[in-house]
Amino acid sequence: MITVLFFAGQQELIGQEKVERSETNISIAVLKKKLMDEYPKLSLTNTMTAINEEYAEEDRLVKENDVVAFIPPVSGG
Amino acid sequence: MTYFNITSDEINVNAVIDSVIHPEAGAINSFIGTVREFTGEKQTVSLQYEAYPSMAEKQLRRIGEEINEKWPGVRTSIVHRVGKLQISDIAVVIAVASPHRAESYDASRYAIERIKQIVPIWKKEYWVNGEEWVGDQLEKTPYPEGKPEGETK
Repeated sequence: MITVLFFAGQQELIGQEKVERSETNISIAVLKKKLMDEYPKLSLTNTMTAINEEYAEEDRLVKENDVVAFIPPVSGG
Repeated sequence: MTYFNITSDEINVNAVIDSVIHPEAGAINSFIGTVREFTGEKQTVSLQYEAYPSMAEKQLRRIGEEINEKWPGVRTSIVHRVGKLQISDIAVVIAVASPHRAESYDASRYAIERIKQIVPIWKKEYWVNGEEWVGDQLEKTPYPEGKPEGETK
């Protein structure tokens, strides 16, 4: 299982702050596409991904027990 | 002892400053970011900050490490508040202590710019006539290279 975290506006669109998923050994790009197919309002095209709290590129594979977080453009400060 | 914290409490500015004081420092620069009421003609009523706290604190610490590489001997603390904030509330405090004054200005500026690039904190503005997550799904602040600047992984 993997845990997927959503923040800010994306959390509001999904209606949940996290979901547990069974996918492993797929790339972030493929995971993003699956989620966008499932949640038509969700756009992850302009969203960074962190795996286990480190930014990760689109081709990184998601492994068992990973925590995947989608990071929309940040606006702190 | 320096701080790299995300907190939902009011920030104690003096505690942040005190945390960077050390005998080799001849200058301490503190930056205080507050909630602005007017952005152009748009009037903010309040705003909400949200973070991915564990990752955000790691990224704040990383900024402190980057500063220490660029300006050796500079000590940094950064505390960012989350939750609902009112006009003029303090959202972020950065303190840097350095041997000489020039690098304290440079390091302080560097810290706030890096926060806006790599630290997972988001701001929702509540205006007089609406609300919106800033830099979010409207893609007002896109990542030009598909990732935060300076990210090489």
